[in-house]
Amino acid sequence: MNFEETELRLGLPGNISKLKSNIVNSGATNVNGKRGFAEAANVDLKLNLVSSKGDGEIVDQAAESEEIKNLLGGAGSTDSVVKPPAKAQVVGWPPVRSSYRKNIISLQKAATKKGDEENEKVMSSPMGATFVKVSLDGAPYLRKVDLKMYKSYQELSDALGNMFNSFTIGNCGSQGMMDFMNESRLMDLLNNSDYVPTYEDKDGDWMLVGDVPWEMFVGSCKRLRIMKGAEAIGLAPRAMEKCKNRT
Amino acid sequence: MSEAQAQMSEDDADLAAAAGGASIRTAVVTTGGDYSSPYPDQVLENVLENVLIFLTSRRDRNAVSLVCKSWYRAEALTRSEIYIGNCYSVSPRRAAERFRRVRSVVLKGKPRFADFSLMPPDWGAHFAPWVIEMAEAYRGLEKLYLKRMNVTDDDLAVMARSFGNFRELVLVCCEGFGTAGLAVVASKCRQLRVFDLIEAEVSDDDEVDWLSCFPESGTCLESLIFDCVEFPINFDALENLVARSRSLKKLRVNRFVNLEQLHRLMILAPQLTDLGTGSFSPQDHPIDQEPDLVSAFTACRSLVSLSGFRETVPDYLPAVYPVCANITSLNFSYANITADELKPVIRNCHKLQIFWVLDSVRDEGLQAVAATCKDLRELRVFPIDATEDNVGPVSDVGLQAISEGCKKLESILYFCQQMTNAAVISMSNNCPDLVVFRLCIIGRYRPDHSTGEPMDEGFGAIVKNCKKLTRLAVSGLLTDKAFSYIGQYGKLVRTLSFAFAGDSDLGLKYVLEGCSKLEKLEIRDCPFGDSALRSGLHHYHNMRFLWMSTCRVTRQGCREIAQQIPRVIVEVFRWNQILEEGEKSDLVDTLYLYRSLEGPRADAPKFVNIL
Repeated sequence: MNFEETELRLGLPGNISKLKSNIVNSGATNVNGKRGFAEAANVDLKLNLVSSKGDGEIVDQAAESEEIKNLLGGAGSTDSVVKPPAKAQVVGWPPVRSSYRKNIISLQKAATKKGDEENEKVMSSPMGATFVKVSLDGAPYLRKVDLKMYKSYQELSDALGNMFNSFTIGNCGSQGMMDFMNESRLMDLLNNSDYVPTYEDKDGDWMLVGDVPWEMFVGSCKRLRIMKGAEAIGLAPRAMEKCKNRT
Repeated sequence: MSEAQAQMSEDDADLAAAAGGASIRTAVVTTGGDYSSPYPDQVLENVLENVLIFLTSRRDRNAVSLVCKSWYRAEALTRSEIYIGNCYSVSPRRAAERFRRVRSVVLKGKPRFADFSLMPPDWGAHFAPWVIEMAEAYRGLEKLYLKRMNVTDDDLAVMARSFGNFRELVLVCCEGFGTAGLAVVASKCRQLRVFDLIEAEVSDDDEVDWLSCFPESGTCLESLIFDCVEFPINFDALENLVARSRSLKKLRVNRFVNLEQLHRLMILAPQLTDLGTGSFSPQDHPIDQEPDLVSAFTACRSLVSLSGFRETVPDYLPAVYPVCANITSLNFSYANITADELKPVIRNCHKLQIFWVLDSVRDEGLQAVAATCKDLRELRVFPIDATEDNVGPVSDVGLQAISEGCKKLESILYFCQQMTNAAVISMSNNCPDLVVFRLCIIGRYRPDHSTGEPMDEGFGAIVKNCKKLTRLAVSGLLTDKAFSYIGQYGKLVRTLSFAFAGDSDLGLKYVLEGCSKLEKLEIRDCPFGDSALRSGLHHYHNMRFLWMSTCRVTRQGCREIAQQIPRVIVEVFRWNQILEEGEKSDLVDTLYLYRSLEGPRADAPKFVNIL
């Protein structure tokens, strides 16, 4: 196992795993994924994207691991503007007081709850993040993902796959994470694959991922646990019930 | 003009001499020797003291204190309000020794970027040493205004105990205290007229019902502001309090007060001039019929300022129509309303001078504002969605409309996703009275969206055409040219904010060499390094502070500055980087530099290095 790949890094799953807090990095990299003191809801990313007029050096040369995708696109690009990726969160930017933002987030939620169509038009992108802990049985530490970053089970599956790629010990092999988008394959997959993603919902029950429509899942998922297949057997009957009710 | 504390350093040594001199003079008088000089001096001092009582502006007073020792003394004895812009620039003891008859204190702690999670918690700015010193030195203290300070319940208790005539407490962006502290103030400060919590973080751990702690028999309260309190309050206690506070003029309740409750309060206090409306939404299960809000608002004939609207149900907005014609200040920055919901309200607000709003009203809403509010002085447009995006609800269109309609504009804070130079230039030409121009293009490094050019010319026009400009915040794609404009034309500018801007050290050099009145400079994520830092050496002692985070400044560079200027404290923090073994980085995370009469502070936490 490549230990460098298992290094704890803070970042968007599948995107960046290395933080830099200086524009031109002469070797200082935040390798330890310890967050600063940003609020729990904010991922503490300090993305320094330079308009490369002054300096073409953008990327930390020490970024070797495959996990690290260069957020900045072509390193040393001479385009005048390097656009940040959508939905990236930079600490303290824009300069709106955090308490104010918290209030605005709850304001948005209240508005959409009331089903006001007009409001929904105004707010085109959902605000706020839904961070849930993700644990993988056998992994040394947990990760956190923002469910709002994904639009479907497939996207989440890919992201989790990337994130825990290096952790799959044993004969997970090419199957890696189960493809949980397809509900009807649930039972097959349970029998075949080593790992099964489950989640704890608002009521505190542990459910199999993939049962409910994506939006509902995002709204009710409190944490994710990727279990070894054998342990998930106990959940299967419930999943089967739901499958039966659907068909 | 530099702050009072700068003069203190020069005159400190003189103070002792002056004291000695005075006694010699009186000795001369009593022995009846040559008395031609002392009498005119003494008389002059008395006259001066009586005149100076009327001088309130602190900058004028600072100038007075520089004339000569006798004027310095007279000024020190007659200054009743001290303003300390950086709590670490001077020690409580030193301040109390110079100014002995102070009734009002303004004290500010952390720099503004602390509001945006850029400052580690526990950095400092503790109120405790100040309150302890003031408890001894300023027993007659009446007013306290604290901003970005760490205030504990104990501090509030000491305050409440020590100042028998205490009248006004204003806490802005402070934290560290809770309901227990509020309760002590409410119960012990019997002369309290002003009790304002503005954007403060109040903890509810103690769960003390502080509203019940005010004097039973009646209060002198004129202003009670607690709209930032994020937990429920005892409404019956509040209602009772309002009923027995006949002088109450300003009341801003928090979002746990619903429309029905608001109605009950308004009935009790039609004399209000400033109302914060709480949630502005009805309770979940209305029992009685809807309250007659329109009558309640009609009865408030003196109302000039409206705010709150924390969870606005737009259906109820028409209730405010009766007061629109009179209001001069309207804060809709929590109201998620559309342009159509705004228009019927705003079209009656002819006297509006201060308007804060959410960008949910879109450019169309801003056009409506521009059409009616010809007297507008201050506009703030906040983003409902703070994530970077290509398009947002407000843009250059809204800014252009405002510039054409609101020619008396003095202060603007505008968040948007994209902007054009043309709109900014238009504002610079149409609004010559601009004193504060803060444009925040949320999309970093974004150029003019119609020409693709950097935003240099727009900001250049602002500094060139707005001759009264003292505060500027820039954003968008900016090259060193923008900074050269600022340095060249921004001769009156006192506060500057830069983020994600500039190409090289030259940018910062232009500013430090050109802006001779610069007092506060806050920079983040700009490519400015040691060479630029050095170019400000001549000026740092005239500034309140310099903040640079995530720039290219090295530890060595900071150390040089620290060594070369005495009486400037250079703090360096590294708080979100933990280096691997053997990894060396000379780059500094955050540099915070400020002038001070004291040496390095004793209460600095571990992650702060004072060079």
